[in-house]
Amino acid sequence: MNTRLLWTAFVTIVVKEIRRFTRIWVQTLLPPAITMTLYFIIFGNLIGSRIGEMGGFDYMEYIVPGLIMMSVITNSYGNVVSSFFGTKFQRNIEELLVSPVPNWIILSGYVIGGAARGLGVGFIVTLLSLFFTDLQIHHLFITIAVVLLTAILFSLGGFINAVYAKTFDDIAIVPTFILTPLTYLGGVFYSIQLLPEFWQGVSQLNPILYMVNSFRYGILGVSDIDIGFAFAMIIGFILLLGGYALHLLNTGKGIRE
Amino acid sequence: MTTALSIQDLRKVYGNGFEALKGISLEVQRGDFFALLGPNGAGKSTTLGIVSSLVNKSSGKVSVFGHDIDTRLTQAKQCLGVVPQEFNFNPFEKVLDIVVTQAGYYGIGRKQATERAEHYLRKLGLWEKRNERARMLSGGMKRRLMIARALIHEPKLLILDEPTAGVDIELRRSMWDFLTEINAAGTTIILTTHYLEEAESLCRNIAIIDHGTIIQNTSMKALLQQLDTETFILDLKEDLDEVPTLDGYVIRSRDAHTLEVDVPKSAGLNALFQHLAAKGLEVTSMRNKANRLEELFVSLVDKNLKQESA
Ligand SMILES: Nc1ncnc2c1ncn2[C@@H]1O[C@H](COP(=O)(O)OP(=O)(O)OP(=O)(O)O)[C@@H](O)[C@H]1O
Ligand SMILES: [Mg+2]
Repeated sequence: MNTRLLWTAFVTIVVKEIRRFTRIWVQTLLPPAITMTLYFIIFGNLIGSRIGEMGGFDYMEYIVPGLIMMSVITNSYGNVVSSFFGTKFQRNIEELLVSPVPNWIILSGYVIGGAARGLGVGFIVTLLSLFFTDLQIHHLFITIAVVLLTAILFSLGGFINAVYAKTFDDIAIVPTFILTPLTYLGGVFYSIQLLPEFWQGVSQLNPILYMVNSFRYGILGVSDIDIGFAFAMIIGFILLLGGYALHLLNTGKGIRE
Repeated sequence: MTTALSIQDLRKVYGNGFEALKGISLEVQRGDFFALLGPNGAGKSTTLGIVSSLVNKSSGKVSVFGHDIDTRLTQAKQCLGVVPQEFNFNPFEKVLDIVVTQAGYYGIGRKQATERAEHYLRKLGLWEKRNERARMLSGGMKRRLMIARALIHEPKLLILDEPTAGVDIELRRSMWDFLTEINAAGTTIILTTHYLEEAESLCRNIAIIDHGTIIQNTSMKALLQQLDTETFILDLKEDLDEVPTLDGYVIRSRDAHTLEVDVPKSAGLNALFQHLAAKGLEVTSMRNKANRLEELFVSLVDKNLKQESA
């Protein structure tokens, strides 16, 4: 297929993905808006006012970037894992398999579709946060780059999860037992400087810490970690997971008999 | 290049060790209307699944319009439209979206895709349903939706796995007309079906597959010539006293005023009628019994079964 045909195929997949999550917005866009509003009210307003400062900022200001990132991560991952698993489950994956769309376009389409939901939810949550705090963006480029790359990375993760998943339970295991704990412990709610040295070291093994902190750096200008290193790491993970996901598609794992 | 589909020594062993295809070879010429027949579990869907790259083959060669699926898969896929046996669209999507999206996978832009979708959905009587979610369609409509989807990139070879299963007689006939029309316009068609009259009235060439091997591969005409007897049902004006006998014919009574006669091709019907007339039996009507092809099919598959167990 030439470039124009590939582009059409890619756009088709992305549009289909966006149509899917907007069609079921009550399941996809509304819940994070409600949850995050509750977080803003409870942690930011009610409890936050007693906590005082964190990393030199109002507690509310401090957690807003973390909560936005948390929504982006959960929703990018969640979108691709349920959409691609559903596609396998309903067998409409066959529509793609009989067509000449190359695997890397299939993967890119799903990943960008997932990133679109992650970023869409991130945007909604950002708008909601404006009711509770003023957001001043410190480094626009870093903010956008890190949120985009993170959305792509977790979309890839969701894709791989969906390839391996055989039942609906399998698509909930990773988000519940891995993603949520890592996000909560990834500096969304606190600066790791509060932790004893040992636990600071342990926390630094958590990749999500780097994403949350880079994003917070983009917005507030403060970070617990080195931004250059964080970017290198995110891009490294994207290449790793992307290559692996493509390998799975090429071998037909969980897709072709 | 005149071969639409060429299959050589194709084997498939499923993950559980089951050997579904034991080395089949098959050629379908461009422009043909070809039937792949066989009992349940014979390996028809497996064969078509491999051709449409939904199932990985274990060994053998497949090429579509000269494009080997191992080396020129993209080109092979572009020539191919697939209507699978099981519904495989997203039931929550709208009819029109399903068809237009499929076009997009072939790189067809939205404008052209929408025009073509309208053409095929109208042809298949689904245009009124274009904004319905696919799950709201009846079984027959779902099948037609899959046909529209398979044609959206105007493939040279259309593969249909039991397209008329669960479709009522009237609709089936209109589907036959439609398929005949696109075949006449140049699309090569391969279909599987359990309705032998369907194969008989549509297809020029056939293959019969059983237990993963091809037991017949010939033209429909040649196959029908293998039938050396035909069975007729005769309705009589008056009730019978006794069943007449005639050398060379096997005559049975169905009930008091209906006869069933096996007529050898060589013998013809004149002698039979003369004989009945001489007996004073008046025939009011006559018809062919059930489907001759069906009987032949059963006998072929039976023979294969005996050979296998022998
Ligand atoms: N995924 C699978 N794993 C193991 N065995 C399979 C699988 N799919 C099909 N089979 C077996 O392979 C054989 C051929 O199946 P196939 O679906 O090709 O038959 P078919 O000729 O299409 O039958 P039908 O007329 O019932 O559709 C059957 O015995 C079936 O049980
Ligand atoms: Mg079948």
